[in-house]
Amino acid sequence: MASLVGSRVERKEDKKLLTGRGKYTADVTFAHQTYAYFVRSPHARAQLKNVDISKAEKASGVVAVLTGKDIANDKIGGLIAGWRIKSEDGSDMKVPAHPPLANESVNYVGDHVAVVIAESLDEARNAAELVKVDYKILKAVVKTDKAMDSESIYKDIPKNLCFDWLLGDRAKTQEAFDKADKIIKIDLINNRLIPNAMEPRAANADYNPSTEEITLYTTSQNPHLARIIISAFNGVAPENKLRVIAPDVGGGFGSKIYPYAEEVVCSWASKKIERPVKWVADRTESFLSDCHGRDHVTHAELAVKNDGTFLGFKNETIANLGAYASVFGTVTPTYLFGPCATGVYKMPAAYSNVKAVFTNTAPVDAYRGAGRPEATYTIETLVEKAARELGMDPAEIRMKNFPTEFPFQQTLVHSVDSGDYNAGLKKAMEVGDYKGFEARKKESESKGKLRGVGFCSYFEACGIAPSAVVMSLGCGIGLWESAEVRFNPTGNVTVFTGSHSHGQGHDTTFAQIAADRLGVPLENIEISHGDTDKGPFGYGTYGSRSLTVGGTAIVKACDKIVAKGKKVAAKMLEVNESDVEFKDGEFIVAKSNQKKTIGEVAFACYLPGTYGEVKSPLPEGEEPGLKETSFFDPGNFSFPAGSHICEVEVDPDTGNTEVVKYTAVDDFGTIINPLIVEGQVHGGLAQGIGQALYENCHYDDTGQLVTASYMDYTMPRADNFPEFNLGFTCTPATSNPLGTKGCGEAGAIAAPPAVMNAVMNAVGTEVSMPATAEKVWKACQKMNKSNSKAA
Amino acid sequence: MKTFNYHSTKDVKEATKLASSSSAFLAGGMTTLPSMKLGLASYKDIIDIKRIKKLSGIKVSSKTVTIGATTKHAEVAHSKEVKKAIPSLAALAEGIGDPQVRNRGTIGGSIANNDPSADYPSACIALNATIHTNNRKVSADKFFTGMFETSLKKGELIEAVEFQVPEKSCYKKYPNPASRYAIVGVYVAKHKGGVNVGVTGAKSCVYNDENISGALSKSFSSSALDNVKISSSGMNSDVHASADYRANMVKIFAKKAVEAC
Ligand SMILES: Cc1cc2nc3c(=O)[nH]c(=O)nc-3n(C[C@H](O)[C@H](O)[C@H](O)COP(=O)(O)OP(=O)(O)OC[C@H]3O[C@@H](n4cnc5c(N)ncnc54)[C@H](O)[C@@H]3O)c2cc1C
Repeated sequence: MASLVGSRVERKEDKKLLTGRGKYTADVTFAHQTYAYFVRSPHARAQLKNVDISKAEKASGVVAVLTGKDIANDKIGGLIAGWRIKSEDGSDMKVPAHPPLANESVNYVGDHVAVVIAESLDEARNAAELVKVDYKILKAVVKTDKAMDSESIYKDIPKNLCFDWLLGDRAKTQEAFDKADKIIKIDLINNRLIPNAMEPRAANADYNPSTEEITLYTTSQNPHLARIIISAFNGVAPENKLRVIAPDVGGGFGSKIYPYAEEVVCSWASKKIERPVKWVADRTESFLSDCHGRDHVTHAELAVKNDGTFLGFKNETIANLGAYASVFGTVTPTYLFGPCATGVYKMPAAYSNVKAVFTNTAPVDAYRGAGRPEATYTIETLVEKAARELGMDPAEIRMKNFPTEFPFQQTLVHSVDSGDYNAGLKKAMEVGDYKGFEARKKESESKGKLRGVGFCSYFEACGIAPSAVVMSLGCGIGLWESAEVRFNPTGNVTVFTGSHSHGQGHDTTFAQIAADRLGVPLENIEISHGDTDKGPFGYGTYGSRSLTVGGTAIVKACDKIVAKGKKVAAKMLEVNESDVEFKDGEFIVAKSNQKKTIGEVAFACYLPGTYGEVKSPLPEGEEPGLKETSFFDPGNFSFPAGSHICEVEVDPDTGNTEVVKYTAVDDFGTIINPLIVEGQVHGGLAQGIGQALYENCHYDDTGQLVTASYMDYTMPRADNFPEFNLGFTCTPATSNPLGTKGCGEAGAIAAPPAVMNAVMNAVGTEVSMPATAEKVWKACQKMNKSNSKAA
Repeated sequence: MKTFNYHSTKDVKEATKLASSSSAFLAGGMTTLPSMKLGLASYKDIIDIKRIKKLSGIKVSSKTVTIGATTKHAEVAHSKEVKKAIPSLAALAEGIGDPQVRNRGTIGGSIANNDPSADYPSACIALNATIHTNNRKVSADKFFTGMFETSLKKGELIEAVEFQVPEKSCYKKYPNPASRYAIVGVYVAKHKGGVNVGVTGAKSCVYNDENISGALSKSFSSSALDNVKISSSGMNSDVHASADYRANMVKIFAKKAVEAC
């Protein structure tokens, strides 16, 4: 039987999703449904003096109006920060209380003040206008780099500083810098982004007063985590009385990893009014209240020798957490960022210092790549600058500093098990015809355009993550994954995974793995996920972890099935178990060529006895049934890596910048389904190029979100991209039996520096992201001036 | 969205009779519906004019192109007659928004709304348009009076827009990367009597740039604009582009338009 792993199987789920037969949270409507509308703060920072709901309560169709006072009275817990970070001085991070409905103050535009629940959405919305809130408006803290010098938002958090974290050794790094021939310095802003999943967030909670059970449908990447948080921390219902279902989910990119105030409020309110409560965000609410991404201000330095050897790296970053510390808000700019900031290089000494600050803006949390795009942007623009200042080719300086022996102990944390960075970069130069760049540049010049080329070599820590390691670093949960593989009596298979698919294609890829492992046709395998009542616990999908961690759990469960199957087959064939081999779905006795298919064995497991034609006694002591569960906790992260080369064309008259050629060569270890992997790379690149050239979340000085709609927030579109040239190299991961490394975030990580280095190459000066036409035009004007001075 | 009365009307009289200070005409709905949904506008009466036959269609003569108010952007973009008479006008329509918007949005709605960065108003200025309403004819230079403001009276209905066919013309826009409306759009048209330059996106309302049109009337070439200075005073400034950038782009896009004429 041909292996399915490695083949371009079309996505099983696409027919449903593309023909409108998907079932999303907003599609779920219960009998006696009510609708929630949130009253949100129009101010970035204000004291809540009074919330008068008397008029709203009397409005047509209104069932209940609930406020922060009610939530406090019911002792519903606040939203949590899931990862405890310690400052360099050993002190714990400082986080403000984050009640699901504000009680004393509101801290960003969109913060939740009250909820109106009515018979229809229109009635809820109209009544919400009648809630009279008396705000005492305070001066908002908005800018990342000014937050520490501004008035404290929370009285027990001086300088708005959550933590001042250090990874690495300052003294050793300084020693390295003292020996340097040259120190390359850079100041960067990693622009803030709004995730913009296609499906807005939604929740529909249905409390059953007779069983005291809540069923919560929600747009989650991680329903099990949502259940444990809403149960254990918010205290809405005991875990056994809370079922969380994340049905089809239309994208997340990180923004749906954790529960938000709305899920907590809908669940709690449903219990209070004993009716189902549904909330679906409109697009404006998504802009205002989904967690945002990135938002760093960084100063970084690289110490080099004249021959291009790297000696040391310093990284001083201020990270904006927004108004509250979100679940992964504190780990994203620390352990997901700091270690990767030294890049794919041998770096004898380094440190990353991150000061995380609170501001009166929406909370910031993990967004595709989470920390690693920020890290890669820092080191890769610095390396490109070093090449320029030393007069070296950008490829040459990279190759000079790549590690060539693996496992490679990276400077700050990771032991990278495998990789071949030279091979990746060489292949990228081939696929992208780097040699032909000068000729293409001349051609662009003949059309009056400037052309630039930019490189990025990256690695990322994925396959999140070894529980013991992350817990020792402050993580409040384990990060293993589970799988249950269940043979049905008639021989087909249901696989339950604790990860969750919202665009990644689990239904197909996971089925390919199980099909190969069990020798069962693909169409006979169903993947089930997204329901805490089905299958064991799990930690969801993010950090390019599903396949590497969750897929491995499936492999292990399949192996247990085969092991049991062997025993059963041996009994059926009346031979010793050691004589039985399993191949392509059959248990075979090599000597006699007797065999039983895995379907027959499964059937036997469910009909353990002899009855007419059926002769399937189970071996002594063996339990009936054929269902196995496995939990997999990885021994290490996985480390995808690659090299991307971007070429841009700039119109010097307008500053308009176009990506005209983009080459990505990635090492994701073993590839299960090239079609899906290519799609993931394309999507990541779209987001990465989006960050570099288009997307920007902009708050004005008073904390109003200026880019709160698609009229002003530039989502990249298909016509912004060229055909992408993709290539792959493969060094299988050694930390999991599949050899996979993860592919979901690579494009978003590698593209921003590749694009920005190309822009810089074209116009001669650094331009900040996003490289809008005006910024690039100004850079062109500057270049013209200095050229005419030179002439 | 607040509740409202919906009226589907069959002729201009019926439509204008229903109009009041709390009504809106519904043409493509591409502006009206989103602003109602967002709660930015609410009306007692929505008067649908799409069924009024007289308001839709394209008529071309040797001197003029007349486009009915409810004619969709896509119809103008794909019209063979328009493409032949004033190719730049068809090209302008093809560059509005996206396919969905072009298949709903109408010329009447666009100019009645007079968004400072809409495309059609620049064509009206450049092509000496006459706006036909249910009770008068207004020339374009008197029609667009300010940001989202026109000389239309309450309940007055645009029936058609009549454009003068120029000797040559071209429209060039730098689209806002997010909305794809014009950050700056410059419509250059050379008529027998002189050159008009309709500029949109740059200021609070479309205008005829007399510095540029003056220079081009003397010599219709892009180099004629080399020494023309465009002041940034009164130019729009937002997260996408500063006033200074817009001022520079007015000249750049005027040049591009002349070169492409
Ligand atoms: C996503 C998007 C992108 C867009 N991009 C662009 C762009 O790039 N360039 C551009 O120019 N435009 C753009 N538009 C606007 C669009 O082109 C429409 O022309 C515009 O929305 C108005 O036309 P409508 O027919 O939809 O008018 P409606 O929304 O139906 O009406 C708008 C207003 O005009 C009034 N009105 C309508 N018809 C008449 C009439 N015959 N007489 C008197 N008053 C009337 C109505 O009362 C209402 O006040 C965009 C719109 C959207 C939604």
